[in-house]
Amino acid sequence: MRRLLGKIRRTGRVAEPPIPASEQPAPAAAAEFGGSVQIRHVDAGSCNGCEVEIASAFSPVYDAERYGARLVASPRHADVLLVTGPVTRNMADPLRRTYEATPEPKVVVALGDCARNCGVFAGGHGVIGPVSDVVPVDVEIAGCPPPPEAIVAALRNLTGR
Amino acid sequence: MSAVEWGLAAIAGLAVVAVLAALAAPQRVRPTTVGSCTAALGGAGIAVGVLAAAGRRGAVWLPELLPLFGVRLEFDPLGGVFTAVAGAVAVAAALYSIGYTRHGLDSRTVQAALPLFVAAMLLLPAAASVATFLLLWEAMAAASLLLVLAEHRRRTAVAEAGGWYAVMTHAGMVTILLGLLLFAAHAGGETFAQLRAADLSPAMRSTVFLLTLVGFASKAGAVPLHVWLPKAHPEAPSHASALMSAAMVNLGVYGIVRVGFDLLGGGPAWWWLLVLGLGAASALYGILQAAVTTDLKRLLGYSTTENLGLVLLGVGAAGLFATAGNRALAGLALAAALLHVINHAAFKTLLFLAAGSVLHATGTRDLDGLGGLRARMPATTGLFAVGALAAAALPPGNGFVSEWLLLQALIHSLPATAVATAVTMPLAVAVIALTAGLAVATFVKALGVGFFAKPRTPAAESATECGPAMLAGMGLAAAACVGLALAPTLLVPALARAVQVAVPGTEAATTGRLTLELSGITGSMSPLLIAAALVVAAVGILAALRVFGARRARRAARLWDCGGGGLTARTEYTATSFGEPLQRVFDDVLRPEQDIDVTHVRESRYLVDTIHYRRRVPDRIEHRLYAPLLAAVRAWGEAGRRLANGSVHRYLGYGFYGVITLLVALAVTR
Amino acid sequence: MNSTGAAGAVLQLVLVAGGAPLLAGLMRQVRARMEGRAGAGVTQPWRDLRKLLRKEPITPRGSGPAFRAAPTVLMATALVPAAVAPFVTTASPLDGAADLIAVVALLALGTVTLALAALDTGTAFGGMGASREMTVLALVEPTILLAVFALSVRVGSTNLAAIVTATLHDPLRVVSPASLLAAVALAVVTIAETGRLPVDNPSTHLELTMIHEAMVLEYSGPDLALIEWASAMRLTVLLGLLANLFAPWGIATGASLTALPLAVGVFAGKVALLGAGLAAAEVFMAKLRLFRVPELLAGSFLLALLAVATSFFLA
Repeated sequence: MRRLLGKIRRTGRVAEPPIPASEQPAPAAAAEFGGSVQIRHVDAGSCNGCEVEIASAFSPVYDAERYGARLVASPRHADVLLVTGPVTRNMADPLRRTYEATPEPKVVVALGDCARNCGVFAGGHGVIGPVSDVVPVDVEIAGCPPPPEAIVAALRNLTGR
Repeated sequence: MSAVEWGLAAIAGLAVVAVLAALAAPQRVRPTTVGSCTAALGGAGIAVGVLAAAGRRGAVWLPELLPLFGVRLEFDPLGGVFTAVAGAVAVAAALYSIGYTRHGLDSRTVQAALPLFVAAMLLLPAAASVATFLLLWEAMAAASLLLVLAEHRRRTAVAEAGGWYAVMTHAGMVTILLGLLLFAAHAGGETFAQLRAADLSPAMRSTVFLLTLVGFASKAGAVPLHVWLPKAHPEAPSHASALMSAAMVNLGVYGIVRVGFDLLGGGPAWWWLLVLGLGAASALYGILQAAVTTDLKRLLGYSTTENLGLVLLGVGAAGLFATAGNRALAGLALAAALLHVINHAAFKTLLFLAAGSVLHATGTRDLDGLGGLRARMPATTGLFAVGALAAAALPPGNGFVSEWLLLQALIHSLPATAVATAVTMPLAVAVIALTAGLAVATFVKALGVGFFAKPRTPAAESATECGPAMLAGMGLAAAACVGLALAPTLLVPALARAVQVAVPGTEAATTGRLTLELSGITGSMSPLLIAAALVVAAVGILAALRVFGARRARRAARLWDCGGGGLTARTEYTATSFGEPLQRVFDDVLRPEQDIDVTHVRESRYLVDTIHYRRRVPDRIEHRLYAPLLAAVRAWGEAGRRLANGSVHRYLGYGFYGVITLLVALAVTR
Repeated sequence: MNSTGAAGAVLQLVLVAGGAPLLAGLMRQVRARMEGRAGAGVTQPWRDLRKLLRKEPITPRGSGPAFRAAPTVLMATALVPAAVAPFVTTASPLDGAADLIAVVALLALGTVTLALAALDTGTAFGGMGASREMTVLALVEPTILLAVFALSVRVGSTNLAAIVTATLHDPLRVVSPASLLAAVALAVVTIAETGRLPVDNPSTHLELTMIHEAMVLEYSGPDLALIEWASAMRLTVLLGLLANLFAPWGIATGASLTALPLAVGVFAGKVALLGAGLAAAEVFMAKLRLFRVPELLAGSFLLALLAVATSFFLA
């Protein structure tokens, strides 16, 4: 334990200076969030590249939690559905059910090129279409994968902090 | 004739009327007439018990009724409390039986046994001589046996349960008989007054106490003599189970208190340590078995063992304190034990009647096959919830009040001078605490798995609410639970008088109208104020929510199943799965048995067709203690048969050699 | 009934209800800073609650009255101990109504209602959370009552105000072996009852590792707000009891109203210190396997038993 305490003291603060919020207008529903956003991540068929970037965005370096965003386990606790990947056939119904399980006001964020327009998987036989074909999308974050700065910028937009 | 004597006459008269009604009434109206007469009988019992507990005296002496000894009945406050409890349980159970006995329990024998059973239980606390006591004890045992065997044509398990019950209750009767006869022989008389005045040697007193303790502890369901309880209570019809669990087992406690405190006048500390140890073991073992069983009525039966264990713990502690000279604490502990007897009677009646309602509606007692009853049987669910809150000993239920009093009595015993007290009191508190925690888990399981969520079998799906008579019986028991929870202070004077009989020189354990304030020691608790505070808080929260929250309407949505779909009743947690973590923790004590049967596909042994998995948690005491005993008895019997091989010559030889041996022995000893 | 006592009781109710989310925020912030992050700020839980109160409440199909009533009952069972326990004043009007045993039992009642609500949903997660929570509750009870026993032996009462007043009059009693052992046992009890590391991880996303979270997966909106608030209040109440039973200095005992503001500040400071300490300790710990938790609880039981034994033998 002493070694860990020493390491904590030596490492100090790792979080980098805040990244500015994105310039896109926030969706209407985000006005009611008031600085607190709970996010439920749904992997609709992604290659996991976006998941790595999400993990980085919530890591100590970028620390998206400082803006009031937090990952939760149940869609009933969530305000934002963060969907990654093109929607595959097997995940279409689960994605719809997750959307219906989330209470109002809710925002759907399509993260990554695959979620926006199927990216490199467009036309694949297991893919139904982009996320907007299954649930209504409010915010899109471009990139393959989008860098953590873009994710944090979009989240700052939603929380308003 | 005093009021109490009129009451005794009323009890006897109503009992006769009820039995005649059972024998004479046509089958269609038999349950109703017998049920109403028995309810009236119970009412008379309540009246007499309350009068006796209020201090009224009355004695009846009937020399012709029993050859040689006559019947002697005399009420005192201690007996009054037990009679009142038995009467109250009888009223609820009898009203319930009007609706319950429609489906096949209305034969003359079974119907006549009910009022006999109730009358025996009402009169037993008034017995004032050894012969009366034994007569009523045997009447109670015989009548209850008839009730247990009521459905023996429908299920084979009933006969086995009846067998165990008959043997154990009569073995207990034999030890009580021996003990009381020894006592009466050395006291020179058989009335309780003569027994009280007797002067026995310490060894004889201990012998009497131990013999009667064995019998009474067996009746009370104390470990290791409890084995009949989880067999007989599930198989008996539900109103009989309620009577047995809530009224009959109390009489075991009554016997110990009467003989140990009153007739023998107290004894050395090791007696009471033994009672305390029996109580602690019963409480722990009972609730542990209840926590892992899936049969609803077996769960309630083991819960009876647990609660009576707590009562015996209180009685033992009271005896310990009395021996050490601390009368105030002894009075408090005994008052707590008696209050727990009353509380347990109320909630156990309610729980057994509700379980019977479930059995009546679904045909099954297995918690793994129930569920979803809150929508189909809302009244039964609500009433069971009241009983479960009380049984889990949580505020604002009534079980919490008596448990609090018992804990206060034990906690205030330290600092003490005797090492025995200093060692046993913390262990006793730990046992009560573990029991309380396990009881909470058990009743959350019973209520949550049995009544909530979705039905697990078609039987549970087709359940309907029970009839008005059954609801009336349950409602009375629930009203008693609520009354005891909110206003236990009303019982304090009666309990004080009862405790005075056993431990003379004590005053009322608590004072105060709204609050239970312990007299002589610092401590107070007000169940009424706690309940009121909870209600006020809840109302305040709802009002605040109305003002500050929920601008949006409430929406009904699909259960969150992770999106995968297809949530059926099969994915619900069952009682087996609910109890599994506890069963794992207490693996060494419970030793569950598992059977796994794998059927392979005919073509290839590498593919599995079906797997049958069966897991049972047997009663380990029954396996380790009774099974070898029964095997030894059977071996003796087999060996004895070899003696009787049919040869007349051998039998003549037995007789001849027997006479020779006897003559030689007489010659030598002269 | 004392007007200072009544004012103190109201004050401590407001303090506990208002300060509980701040305590949760402080603990999260301490963890964040130790992990090198910036953290969301101490007031973030208040923002969460405000937003949750405005969200849409959802009732899953197939659940019943137990599910609907649980948030309110849970909150009520957290509010009543907050009004009774001696946090700001020892003269609360409800002090004679509930002693330490009753307060502990009320907290257990809250846990039970949540477990019943979880079973009422009919999902496997709900049943699993309820089963595990009841197992932990059953195994924690002996430690709690033995610690209560140890505390009350010297004082001669389980009444909370009496214990606090006795400790105020005899400060050296706190450093006796019985007291220290009881304090450690109660600390383990607090961790187990409120579902903190190493018994349960409050921020886990893996349902199979959840104990408390698994029971609340179906709640949303104002119901979820009440449950999160009540959980924070239960932690505050337990930490407050830990603080004031063993280090009560600063509490208002007399009839003067002027002692109340000081008592409020001191109590807030003590609970904040304990909470920060707990959060810092959590950084060094990993969650125990579920079937190792009984070993931890058995260890705390032995400590409590030793506490009672030493209070007798060293009396």
